[in-house]
Amino acid sequence: MWDWIKIVALGLITLFAALAANWARDLAYQVHALIVMAISAGLFIWTVRTAGDPKGPAPTGYMDGVIRYGVVATAFWGLAGFLVGTFIAFQLAFPALNFEFLQGYGNFGRLRPLHTSAVIFAFGGNALIATSFYIVQRTSAARLWGGNLAWFVFWGYNLFIVLAATGYLMGATQSKEYAEPEWYVDIWLTIVWVAYLLVFLGTIIKRKEPHIYVANWFFLSFIVTVAMLHVVNNLSLPVSIFGSRSVQLFAGVQDAMTQWWYGHNAVGFFLTAGFLGMMYYFVPKQAGKPVFSYKLSIIHFWALIFLYIWAGPHHLHYTALPDWASTLGMVFSVILWMPSWGGMINGLMTLSGAWDKIRTDPIIRMMVISLGFYGMSTFEGPMMSIRAVNSLSHYTDWTIGHVHSGALGWNGMITFAALYFMTPKLWNRASLYSLRLVNWHFWLATIGIILYAASMWVTGIMEGLMWREVDAQGFLVNSFADTVAAKFPMYVVRGLGGTLYLTGAIIMCYNLWMTAFGKNQPAAVATPAE
Amino acid sequence: MSKKPEKKEVGTTGHVWDGIEELNNPLPRWWVWIFYATIVWGIWYSIAYPAWPLLKGATEGYLGYSTRAEVAADIAAVDAKNADLVGKLEAADLTALSGDAELYQFAINGGRAVFAANCSQCHGSGAAGAKGYPNLLDNDWLWGGSIEDIAFSVTNGIRNEHSPDARWTEMPAFGEILSKEEIAAVVEHVRAISGQEADAALAAAGETVYLDNCAACHGDAGEGLRDMGAPTLNDAIWLYGGDVATLTETVTNARFGVMPAWSEAYHPAGGLSAAEINAVAAYVHQLGGGE
Repeated sequence: MWDWIKIVALGLITLFAALAANWARDLAYQVHALIVMAISAGLFIWTVRTAGDPKGPAPTGYMDGVIRYGVVATAFWGLAGFLVGTFIAFQLAFPALNFEFLQGYGNFGRLRPLHTSAVIFAFGGNALIATSFYIVQRTSAARLWGGNLAWFVFWGYNLFIVLAATGYLMGATQSKEYAEPEWYVDIWLTIVWVAYLLVFLGTIIKRKEPHIYVANWFFLSFIVTVAMLHVVNNLSLPVSIFGSRSVQLFAGVQDAMTQWWYGHNAVGFFLTAGFLGMMYYFVPKQAGKPVFSYKLSIIHFWALIFLYIWAGPHHLHYTALPDWASTLGMVFSVILWMPSWGGMINGLMTLSGAWDKIRTDPIIRMMVISLGFYGMSTFEGPMMSIRAVNSLSHYTDWTIGHVHSGALGWNGMITFAALYFMTPKLWNRASLYSLRLVNWHFWLATIGIILYAASMWVTGIMEGLMWREVDAQGFLVNSFADTVAAKFPMYVVRGLGGTLYLTGAIIMCYNLWMTAFGKNQPAAVATPAE
Repeated sequence: MSKKPEKKEVGTTGHVWDGIEELNNPLPRWWVWIFYATIVWGIWYSIAYPAWPLLKGATEGYLGYSTRAEVAADIAAVDAKNADLVGKLEAADLTALSGDAELYQFAINGGRAVFAANCSQCHGSGAAGAKGYPNLLDNDWLWGGSIEDIAFSVTNGIRNEHSPDARWTEMPAFGEILSKEEIAAVVEHVRAISGQEADAALAAAGETVYLDNCAACHGDAGEGLRDMGAPTLNDAIWLYGGDVATLTETVTNARFGVMPAWSEAYHPAGGLSAAEINAVAAYVHQLGGGE
């Protein structure tokens, strides 16, 4: 019966996608309709051919196949995102790299959202889905709930990424930072996200442990809040059901406020809460030490999720936003400082007693650097949200440096550590292919981040000072082009930092590949699932 | 390393997840106190500054702070300080401006800022121009390089629909008038009079075409004519380019360079005051080519 429902549904989707491709009003929509048509037609045929096949006994134990795919997808999208990022960094330094033959597809304006979405949503998102599935099963001692629904989440999420990325290149965007995908891609992500919530929540509900582990609180808050943010910020009316364009529900300063309420909490819940979930599992596991303080984890969790949601207006200081909203955004951001640091303290103090491992274990070293950058950028963030500081930093490269010290340092490093931790276990290997290569990755990435962040601090503060520089009579001293010209050397340094970071990630992919698929890798002693 | 006295052992909470335990450590004191301090600061700050939304409007804060009032006060302070000089500059006789050292310096400083904000996008931050946008550093002027000519060009602009006094002439597109052969010949002639390598036979043939079609504006020897905004052709300075391909395109299709009328009387998005126009004219005039 279920097979028949699937066959009918897939047939209807294929048919509708074919009609939509035929009547499409723009290129992006047409290509997307064709992609959907091809996928649903393939699934249709596959379902017809396998309908009625005898089903094997329901599998038991942890569901790790989907996590293995997630690890591969994380590594792949990471490479893609870092590569585009490095390329656009050099496009800014050398505008000639906006080649004539790439105009309309590969110029900076098209590639920039490709980079941000690839690293945040493709690399970070796949890492979050894979690690949350890994962690929730092991800390709940239960198999993922919902059978193949986890596979739907994985493939559905990656289809969302492909639709978003190809859409940007063909100009389908609603022009909201980090929320660029158009209405039909948003609807698809909503469906996938609800499925993700069901799998995660279902697994927690059927857990065999009496309590819910702290990592899972963070993952759950991330999934629930991202759903709310995504839906509200993407409220829009399509111009045509056969076209990619849409009109936003909110306008003017209301739209800006909604956008940055979303944008800031994408950082807060996607890149902070979700990744803290990762940290709370992999750090104690890798160090072999208990979590430092249960009390701290409770207090900082609730303080973090309560305070973060109000901090968005600090993105709109000195704009059309009323002063009162800007004050509140700033106040909540500053109070957020200690709740953010609670995660860092809990992570670092968990390592106390295991500090000797910093010398011997490059994965622990990555975790320490990751927590260090987390602490630094969660101090820098509240500082930059202060109106007086923001009047210097806003619109400058300082913001870009801030974001990247968090993204490359905190999110990147903790994800690398998690991938190094999970890969041998998921492919049943005794150890990683090479710890020396992990060490190389660690140093390349660390030096890359330092070059990136330091160069952006220098250019950011320099351009902020140049913009506000006035002579004795109150006249502006610099033109905008003067500030752009002055930034050139630091833009080259930034590109070099990106190149180092990318090189480290390539080494990681080789190492993970050899661990998982290389010959002569000793198998781990089989351990039964607890 | 000296051994520290053993800390009092704290127990775990008794929960175990996949081998992970949690210690029962208290909150770090310094963490708690900084957290409290930020909360106290936050409460004070949100009373002192506009913060809490009410049914109508929001609390204004006892310090009476407002970002808009702050910037308005800053602008008013600068305006008040410069009011005398601005008044004088507005009414100044431009040709005599350099006689008043203080006012002249004020005009050049202000003009540099006006130029950086409004003109540098096309003419370059160093005023060296770009293809289609004249270099303002040399003494080759399309419409005149006296300080008054420059002020007129800035006020009314060139070939725009906003100012009735915009400088306005149009070169015909000779692609509709001359044959391809004639255009090729006249291009060679222009290259010859501008001192570039040219095909002598074609250039000789082109001279007739030139005298019949071009000389009325550009002059018999290519010396240009400012009343028509017709560029000098017998020098090495080119607005669009002096190579054969560019010249052929220019002759065939003509050019239509536009500059906005910057006066606040005409500019759709605000524009410049009379004092600002005088300032930027003084600035451009002293860049090197002023007459």
